[in-house]
Amino acid sequence: MNKFEPVIGLEIHIHLSTESKIFCSCSTKFGNSPNSLTCPICLGLPGVLPVLNKKAFHYAIKSSLALNCQVSESITFDRKNYYYPDLPKNYQISQYGTPVGRNGFLKIKNRSSNPVKINRVHMEEDAGKLIHDQNGKISFVDLNRTGIPLIEIVTEPDIYSPDEAYDFLQELKITILYLEIADCNMEEGSLRCDANISLRKAGDKKLGTKIELKNMNTFKGIRQALEYEIQRQTILLEEGEKVTHQTRLWDPLKQKTTSMRSKEDIHDYRYFPDPDLLTYEISNKMRNKFKDELPELPMAKRERFKKDYFLSEYDADLLVRDKFIASYFEETLKFHINPKAVCNFLTSDMVGVAHEKKIKLSNIKLTPKNCGKILNLVKEGLISIKTAKELLFDLLNYDIDPEKYIEEKNLKQMNETSEIKNVIETACKENSQAVTDYKNGKNSALKFLVGQVMRLTKGTANPAMVNKLLNEKLNKEEGK
Amino acid sequence: MQISKEIVSHTGHLARLHLSDDELELYSSQLNKILEYIEKLKKIDITNIAPTFNVLNLKNVLRVDTVRPSLTSEEALKNAPDKQDNFFVVPKVY
Ligand SMILES: [Zn+2]
Repeated sequence: MNKFEPVIGLEIHIHLSTESKIFCSCSTKFGNSPNSLTCPICLGLPGVLPVLNKKAFHYAIKSSLALNCQVSESITFDRKNYYYPDLPKNYQISQYGTPVGRNGFLKIKNRSSNPVKINRVHMEEDAGKLIHDQNGKISFVDLNRTGIPLIEIVTEPDIYSPDEAYDFLQELKITILYLEIADCNMEEGSLRCDANISLRKAGDKKLGTKIELKNMNTFKGIRQALEYEIQRQTILLEEGEKVTHQTRLWDPLKQKTTSMRSKEDIHDYRYFPDPDLLTYEISNKMRNKFKDELPELPMAKRERFKKDYFLSEYDADLLVRDKFIASYFEETLKFHINPKAVCNFLTSDMVGVAHEKKIKLSNIKLTPKNCGKILNLVKEGLISIKTAKELLFDLLNYDIDPEKYIEEKNLKQMNETSEIKNVIETACKENSQAVTDYKNGKNSALKFLVGQVMRLTKGTANPAMVNKLLNEKLNKEEGK
Repeated sequence: MQISKEIVSHTGHLARLHLSDDELELYSSQLNKILEYIEKLKKIDITNIAPTFNVLNLKNVLRVDTVRPSLTSEEALKNAPDKQDNFFVVPKVY
């Protein structure tokens, strides 16, 4: 048993997918040329007045509700003061005393009866981007990102392993994606996560000294950084040394954390109410309206899929992971009866083909009705599962009736005994050596002949029948 | 509470201000005078009064999420003491 137990808390920043910034009308577009999306407000010029973006406000309420938070009756904004060139005002407009949501929780894998506690969800503006000149003594500042609306989600120190941290982030991301309020794209920095971790003697109530971790750019990186820190701190503690409170940066190349050189007194932000922004009330009526509008969230959907469609945890998870696939699944079930068959067809075949053809899932033109029809054709033995996959490839981008399509393209499965027998004759004639090999006891020759028949019929022959008829023919001849 | 010269110096550092000894002296005495006045205010009973964040009698002032043209990068960088390739250039900070 481990002598030490890790206690982890996470802080997640997510860009809300609004068109314009949180307090001004500049675009939030990613990848524009430097400093081309700024205005006096987000540049922090004197005398300007920020006004809150309605959509950002609503999205923050939705996320708080989805994370089971108590939503504040009224909120205000505060100035978080720090001096850094990515922040032209020298303060960030954030929320301190009255976050949008408080005391929430999120159920995660293996902890459905003990969900991870969430401390708060609040709104703030993002800072700009700094690019450090590797050789010289200067940094380049791009303020396009300044003022993009963020929600910050802070968990309680209620996560007890790197795997749990990973599972939490996955569940949080899927939940936010279901709300359609953010794209959570880590590569573009629209989801960022910092962690804090301390170790304590197993069984202790009191928390150990906290280390803050930054610079993790993937969920995997977060898990690795936490694993590394557990190792590092365990060694320190076992040797009777103390862990000192500090911020450490994860280096994904060296796979280790290093202490951040920082002269700034951490947490000396001197928050105070921002007099430029007014109070925002969130009435019961408004809260209830948003609550009613929440979609079925991933955890609930997974449970329902398991119960209603007799799916395994694994299958339910695969389906629910993408909101589009989950709803496509249920739509297809209106036309085809077997949930497991639809699940497999979607999660392995359709997702695979879409990926291969570089089609976004939500842009698929094949309707659930036609998808159900394909599976019905397989069930009725009219096409093989192989043909079904080919249909998926051909029809994914079109609204075409698969029944008509197989008629036109002659893809119907060959089920007529006489027809198949004819092809078998041809195949055996063309490959007499394989026939001889089989008769001399080389069993693999049979497989080869089946393959030849399938080739001659362009894959439309019913493979079970080919096997059976070929066996009959070869063994009968042998008996002669 | 007394505002010592150390507190003024620390606050100055947070704002990246270099303060001379004379200035530290001056500002700590001025800040202490302000705090004395706050001490007076503290004697007023405000038990049942909600804090005033803003004197305007307005609530829920929101803007619709629409994009309007931004400044050009030339305009945005016009007052910058140093710039390069459409970036602001600043001394390297860790
Ligand atoms: Zn702006």
